[in-house]
Amino acid sequence: MSNTERLLLSGNEAVARAALDCGVSLGTAYPGTPSTEILENFSLLGGKAQWAPNEKVALEVGIGAAFAGARVLVTMKHVGLNVAADPLFTVAYTGVSGALVIVSADDPGMASSQNEQDNRHYGRAAGVVILEPSDSQQAYDLMREGLEISHRWQMPVILRMTTRICHSKTIVTPGEKNLPTEAPNFERDVTGRVMIPAYARPAHRKLRAKLAEIEKWNESCALNEVFEQDKTLGIICSGISYMHVREAAPEASILKLTMTYPLPLEKIRKFVDSVQRCMVIEEGDPYLAQCIRAAGMEVEDKDPMYRFGELNVTRVKRILAGDNTPEAAPPKGKPPQLCIGCPHRNVFETLSKHGCIVAGDIGCYTLGVLPPFEAMDSCVCMGASIGVGLGLRHVLPDEQAKKVVSVIGDSTFVHSGITGMVEMMYNQPKTGHVLMILDNSTTAMTGLQEHPGTGRTLDHQPTHQLDYEKLANAIGIERVFVVDPFKNMEDLDKILVESLASEQPTLIVTRRPCLLVSKKIKQYQEKANQTCQS
Amino acid sequence: MKNNKVTNVVFAGLGGQGVLKASDIMSEAAFATGSDVKKSEIHGMSQRGGSVSSDVRFGEEVSSPMVPSGEADYLVVLSSDQVENNRAMLKPNGVLITPDSIDVSQLPNKRSINVALLGMLSSHLEIDEKTWMDAIRGNLSEKLHEINEQAFALGRQTRQG
Repeated sequence: MSNTERLLLSGNEAVARAALDCGVSLGTAYPGTPSTEILENFSLLGGKAQWAPNEKVALEVGIGAAFAGARVLVTMKHVGLNVAADPLFTVAYTGVSGALVIVSADDPGMASSQNEQDNRHYGRAAGVVILEPSDSQQAYDLMREGLEISHRWQMPVILRMTTRICHSKTIVTPGEKNLPTEAPNFERDVTGRVMIPAYARPAHRKLRAKLAEIEKWNESCALNEVFEQDKTLGIICSGISYMHVREAAPEASILKLTMTYPLPLEKIRKFVDSVQRCMVIEEGDPYLAQCIRAAGMEVEDKDPMYRFGELNVTRVKRILAGDNTPEAAPPKGKPPQLCIGCPHRNVFETLSKHGCIVAGDIGCYTLGVLPPFEAMDSCVCMGASIGVGLGLRHVLPDEQAKKVVSVIGDSTFVHSGITGMVEMMYNQPKTGHVLMILDNSTTAMTGLQEHPGTGRTLDHQPTHQLDYEKLANAIGIERVFVVDPFKNMEDLDKILVESLASEQPTLIVTRRPCLLVSKKIKQYQEKANQTCQS
Repeated sequence: MKNNKVTNVVFAGLGGQGVLKASDIMSEAAFATGSDVKKSEIHGMSQRGGSVSSDVRFGEEVSSPMVPSGEADYLVVLSSDQVENNRAMLKPNGVLITPDSIDVSQLPNKRSINVALLGMLSSHLEIDEKTWMDAIRGNLSEKLHEINEQAFALGRQTRQG
């Protein structure tokens, strides 16, 4: 009996639906565009989903659950996998008992990211299977297939999506339910899971043996499809590139690669030999082209100019025509800005007024770099504001050092600012330091997600709330101030000036909920109060 | 595949205007007719008032989810100042739909301009009115149904010349 249900889903919704249909016991993540909606949808569908403080913790929680035999989904944006890379490289050795699919949502073209790294490299670097969907149906199918592969070979699998797959809606026909038959249960496996060198050495060999087996399986499995057409041109592609290629070159023969690590090199060789001219069309880094050439095959590749940004039908046509003339600049639209009435505006106005050197961070408030504020001097990665600010203070001449302020949002602080705050007390610059947590009571940038500092879980239920001021006290910071930057801008100004002059380590929390979330917070609180009373 | 006619619609405007809502309604209406449909958008920064656009493509079979530049049959722009930076999307003889041809004073709520423009678009497309209404209702909360049905009707009557 086949399922005839027909749905119009984004890639993110499709992954959530597949996780539900396959009985995934736990979904865990830190929000990050373009991955955020996967867990939100999994939760709405009734799955158990939770935000972790950061991607490393999310993956570690996922590993624990998968050690216990559960089917697990961990999602993150591409740069999140850098944060989670430490557990990733070693869970490749330990493997898992249930199943573990890690979604890496890459952002070629940087619609909402600080870089456009290509996470297919993680497959090769860590020794983890990479699956690449090219639309929502395949996102659905590969989430299921990823769980199967993970369980069969007892190892993690990366489902590598991109912004256009995550956020495009295409038609999906879901499959039958495929629920686990065994409940989680602890079985001891000391040599398999305790990675001391004596056990890790054989574990590495075991990983390579599994990958060799998977590579062989990948040669003949149905995941990588050949579309035989005109033999004068053959195109090798994967992910969204496949869709652009079909439209740009409807007559060409195509090898669509779905498992892009480990690669089915013999299948690729057969395809390359079957066509007169073979081109690799891929978005981002020349990952496939380099792997294929390293295996001794002759293939053509895009010009390096197409490594930057997303591909589209027009660019694929240009690549096929060998057209490397400069591309027309995309028309300039209106840049985003801090909302009118955003509490961050007053903070940046104050920082700008005092000529501060601002080590910034990742979030809405990064927009403080744009006019009219222009009050940000660096933005590297989540949590970097504190370390970078301290580094500046350590080496700058005093008159400059005294002006350095680190600015970080509440969610970003919990994600990876806490260790920076420890460093601020452990290796104090002689001019002290000023750290500002811009607390708008939500993860605004990614669409108003909860985090440990909001005191609510992913589905907005009350839970323990992290107290930044007490945390700062426990770390040893004595100068701790809380100010509403919207109501009391003058106080903020005074506190900042005094703190810079004090040359003592200082935390200033500017606290005022984001305009977009304040109404929702009231609703969540009312609902929680009603539940308490009934 | 050669005779496969795909209809390309590009929606554009500013964050918060309902660009993505309009493209959601359009894609669901096309979906309900049994067509293949793909809808693409870039969001993330979109709530911060910047330029936003979304592509909807439908027909027998759609490949890329993105409308190639210069191939939009219809360009629906919710904010007049966003026309020029999106004009290149439109094919020669393509149809530009903007709020300029709508009598905004007749809208029960100005925020329904996105649905009014869908009404204008609908007069060019072979999708029946009931399908549009179902898509509108399915995408908006019940209290917004009536004003948006009125906005749609207003747009549908004001077919652009």
